[in-house]
Amino acid sequence: MDGSNEDGLHDVIVVGGGLNGPALALALAQSGLRTVVIDALPEAARAAEDFDGRAYALALASQRMLAVLGLWSRVADRAQPINEVKASDGRAGEGPAPLFLHFESGEIEEGPMGFMLEDRFLRGALIEAMAAEPGITRLSGETVVAQEIDAGEARVTLASGRAVRGRVLAGCDGRASGTAVRAGIRRTGWGYGQTALVCAIEHDLPHHGIAQQFFMPSGPLAMLPLPGNRTAIVWSERDETAKAIQSLDDTAYLEALRLRVGDYLGGIRLVGKRYTYPLSLTLANSYVAPRLALVGDAAHGVHPIAGQGLNLGLRDVGALAEVLVEAQRRGEDIGALDVLERYQRWRRFDSTLLALGMDTVNRVFSNDNPLLRGVRDLGLGAVSALPGLRRRFIREAAGLSGEVPRLLRGQAI
Amino acid sequence: MTRASTAPATAATGTATVDPAEVAKFEAMAAEWWDPHGKFKPLHEMNPCRLDYITRQIAAEFGRDLADPQAFAGLRLLDIGCGGGLLSEPMARLGAEVVGADAAAGNIPVARLHAEQSGLAIDYRNVTAESLAAAGERFDVVLNMEVVEHVADPLAYLTACHDLLKPGGLMICSTLNRNAKSFAMAIVGAEWVMRWLPKGTHEWAKFITPEELYDLIRRAGLDPVDRKGMVFNPLAWSWSLSDRDLSVNYVTASVRRD
Repeated sequence: MDGSNEDGLHDVIVVGGGLNGPALALALAQSGLRTVVIDALPEAARAAEDFDGRAYALALASQRMLAVLGLWSRVADRAQPINEVKASDGRAGEGPAPLFLHFESGEIEEGPMGFMLEDRFLRGALIEAMAAEPGITRLSGETVVAQEIDAGEARVTLASGRAVRGRVLAGCDGRASGTAVRAGIRRTGWGYGQTALVCAIEHDLPHHGIAQQFFMPSGPLAMLPLPGNRTAIVWSERDETAKAIQSLDDTAYLEALRLRVGDYLGGIRLVGKRYTYPLSLTLANSYVAPRLALVGDAAHGVHPIAGQGLNLGLRDVGALAEVLVEAQRRGEDIGALDVLERYQRWRRFDSTLLALGMDTVNRVFSNDNPLLRGVRDLGLGAVSALPGLRRRFIREAAGLSGEVPRLLRGQAI
Repeated sequence: MTRASTAPATAATGTATVDPAEVAKFEAMAAEWWDPHGKFKPLHEMNPCRLDYITRQIAAEFGRDLADPQAFAGLRLLDIGCGGGLLSEPMARLGAEVVGADAAAGNIPVARLHAEQSGLAIDYRNVTAESLAAAGERFDVVLNMEVVEHVADPLAYLTACHDLLKPGGLMICSTLNRNAKSFAMAIVGAEWVMRWLPKGTHEWAKFITPEELYDLIRRAGLDPVDRKGMVFNPLAWSWSLSDRDLSVNYVTASVRRD
């Protein structure tokens, strides 16, 4: 079956074949909305099975959503539970300082605080699940060259000349969203002068499911446990330093890493590729327009400090899917502005707050000013000492606070 | 939006004798009715809550599954006081065969034009409930939303609604309660302070308490089966259904048994 009705009109056109786009298509199709996913990458690139070093920290709420969407059963045995999170203040050359923050999953009732999952397994699961869903049409290796919106429908024209029609156009096309640009939606944001170095390592000693976050003067460094004796690294440095480190050979690169994290994992080796991502905050001035909604990084590209980018994106997916499915069941026009504004009202405050919150945390921590160092030690100590505040922190990081969309509570729409 | 450039052409092909100036006027009025931030904003804000009640009651009464995109296929539905079609269109989208009736002649071409733009077939007529009943029209569902507080003789009107229903048919009727709070909210708040509604839209003395409405519905020959409050939450800026709070806006469901 094609994911459109007799006259080729889809309910939702999803632009973007990364993670949020396919997740949105699945959530919608499973509730009976016919969806088409336009992906600029060819299918073979999305389905590549080698470990490339990329992985995600899935909050508990995100994991529940993947379960409802039928994705978790495809990846569960490949995910690493995060049992503990340790955060500490550090300085290059000195190794990590004494621990100030220490969260254990025993402090919240819901089980592990989250899971680490490699990008290749999540991609593979999304592709399999989409292929098994008759309500989804996939157009891979296709880019959008034009879009047009009128009272009755949204239309996009692809580079191949093909035209696609739908009631709603969902831009899941990242922080440089062409969907937003073509709709004339402007963005606000700034760079941090920082670049994230991303890689994965193999190590001699076990990580015991513990995630480590070191707040270094140059930026945060996260060590996230993967299955087996492997760990994913997200390591922020000032732009020039990051460039210099990225240009080192593997041995010198590992030495630079060891200097920062110490020897608690024993001998370390690189697995997969090394990546760099310039860090910036970018917020779309509006998440919606008539017949158009922006999702994930297209709406709010955040600092990846706490691994919240994907989790925020999945919250958008859960909220937008819920708003659209409810509107469809009421007989409303799902592309009407007042319907889409419900999604914006729901998500905008939350994600802006989180984006600015992470921005502030980064600004306070990426600093070697002795006064600020004193203040943050005090702050971390306070969070650590007050059980209520600690639980709030953990629940926030696990995505369990705020008004949570049904899918993220583990319920069908 | 290209609404202004495409729609008159469509309308002109549909009805060749229509004056283009008239079409432009209806076009502007349709845009006004359907602008979520315009003159009818309060109605748009309340609509999801009204639709939740209506769709769930119909689904329960006729054993329909709302996950089915054509959940109301085969049901004949009358929307009394249809205005610009804010309820008629969702009902048609769910598959119902809809007649939209409005005593105000000006609303009819406006509603027709918007339905055409939405690709929906709806039979809009400038008639009253009483004249439809007299003509022997029968429906599975009658929507009677925020009308009863405006009519001169509520019992005669509700009797016409009864006559319009097939046996086993369902009437959804919403209105405003009559008490100090509804006076403060609906007259002072909505009309005088917030200017949500034109001054004089409502005559408080004509408001009806739930007990009075149930009594009128029974005297009209219908069996009231359910009632809920519709409550505005200014913090969330949205309406929701309430089992207990019927103090201002409320909605009822009644069935014709005979």
